[in-house]
Amino acid sequence: MEYKLTFKNYNNALKKDTLLGLKCNQCGTVNVPPKMVCGSCASPDMEIVELSGKGTIQTFTTVFVAAEGREAEAPYTIVMVELDEGPWIMGNLIDIDPSKATMELIGKRVVMGHKVFPGDKYSAGDMTRPLFRFAT
Amino acid sequence: MRKVAIVGIGETKFSGAQDKTGVELFAEASMDALNESNLKPKDIQALYVGNVLGDFSEGQGMVQSFAAENIGAFNVPASRFEGACASATMAIRDAFIWVASGFYDIVLAGGVERAASMGTPLATRTFAMFSDSRYEYPCGITFPAVFAMLTHLYARQYDIPLPRLKEQMAVTSVQSYKYGLLNPKAHLQKEVTVDMVLKGFTVCSPLQLHDCCPFSDGAAVVVLASEEVAKKLTNKPVYLTGVGQSSSGPLSNQKDFLPRLKAREISAKQAYDMAGIKPEDVDIAEIHDCFSIANLIAAEGLGFFEFGKSGEAWEKGGADIGGKVAINLSGGLKSKGHPIGATGAGQVYEIVKQLRGEVEPGRQAPNPKIGLTDTLGGDGGTLCNLILQRGW
Repeated sequence: MEYKLTFKNYNNALKKDTLLGLKCNQCGTVNVPPKMVCGSCASPDMEIVELSGKGTIQTFTTVFVAAEGREAEAPYTIVMVELDEGPWIMGNLIDIDPSKATMELIGKRVVMGHKVFPGDKYSAGDMTRPLFRFAT
Repeated sequence: MRKVAIVGIGETKFSGAQDKTGVELFAEASMDALNESNLKPKDIQALYVGNVLGDFSEGQGMVQSFAAENIGAFNVPASRFEGACASATMAIRDAFIWVASGFYDIVLAGGVERAASMGTPLATRTFAMFSDSRYEYPCGITFPAVFAMLTHLYARQYDIPLPRLKEQMAVTSVQSYKYGLLNPKAHLQKEVTVDMVLKGFTVCSPLQLHDCCPFSDGAAVVVLASEEVAKKLTNKPVYLTGVGQSSSGPLSNQKDFLPRLKAREISAKQAYDMAGIKPEDVDIAEIHDCFSIANLIAAEGLGFFEFGKSGEAWEKGGADIGGKVAINLSGGLKSKGHPIGATGAGQVYEIVKQLRGEVEPGRQAPNPKIGLTDTLGGDGGTLCNLILQRGW
């Protein structure tokens, strides 16, 4: 059975600001990150859909202690966003001073761009993540 | 299924970076466990070893085979378990099932880790591997960042102002450190006050230094035997009466449940049902306080306190000796330490000591009969629970 939406294709699409997910034909759930089967009903009968990249912030943190090799990025803010289509996705937040991120962020509407993490020796290649900014 | 007992235990001191190898640490703990059991290495039929990052910390894979040979358990089946911080508990649960099923009579289970010897930058990188490497790590997720996000979510979910929640979290850290001071095996022995917690530097907002457990080196090992064999070896067998384990995917896929961790509730229920007990029957618990918020989430997920209320319970002494259940009398992950592949076995070591009444007076629970251990790996990716009861 073929894996419908691999990380490779998801990654390439995200580099063009396109967020791909999988819509389940059995129960209608939209799944992202991509999986073999639907996260709700476990059916593999899903089709690739393009998501809006818009949503609301559910939670966040600003990281001050980075992993080896990424020290130059700190401090940075990670957010968990609930996309309008339903699923939650992890990304980074720009447009703010990371050290000033507070609970006020929760509930704010955001729109999506992208940022490529070039990878390190443990990575098997570069990896793109959503980069969120406030919706105007 | 047969009854299975712990007949001997061993544990090294948990510490910062030190020079003994993983095999050496595991061997020391193993020989102590065997000597306590009145057994010889040749009596061991199999090894179950938790070790998460030996490949990174010392370039050593397959530590379990080298350990088996090293301690004289020549040519026995030796398996390695990896469930991040839940690894040793997974190993013990698995070992229990093999003995309960009748396949083996006497086995060795435990874990070893040299997380401190890796140094903070590499430890931070490798611990981030327990999150999703493709869909979470690119964002710069680190292990503390996972729980930092859960903290903000918890504050919002239960409508607790963040400064108030942070005070409650700090109280749990202070309690862990209080008991760690009395535990000679503890890594971080110091007196910590709520004020110190709230003034420490911020690791990931809102988690500060003393909200976080250290990276530690250490090993802990137990010997498991069938009831029939156990009765010949000791008059104080501790029976494993319940086990549970569950798994989860990345944090974002758990959205319908967060800040609760569904995997823990499933795992704990398995253990409780198997043991035929309820949360209120537990006298002492070693739970996964990798971060202060994790203490609150764990205690609630295990059914000790109502969701959103465990902070208040801790403040009122509900999680202490004399309270509803005495939590982390070892000092917990925060103070006793967190050598991740060994931690779960360290929790069992503590519960067995407590049940036997062999612990330092200031941290000995009065006559406990039922204990529970709780370990979590990654973003709630692996949860494992054990229930232990006195066999005398």
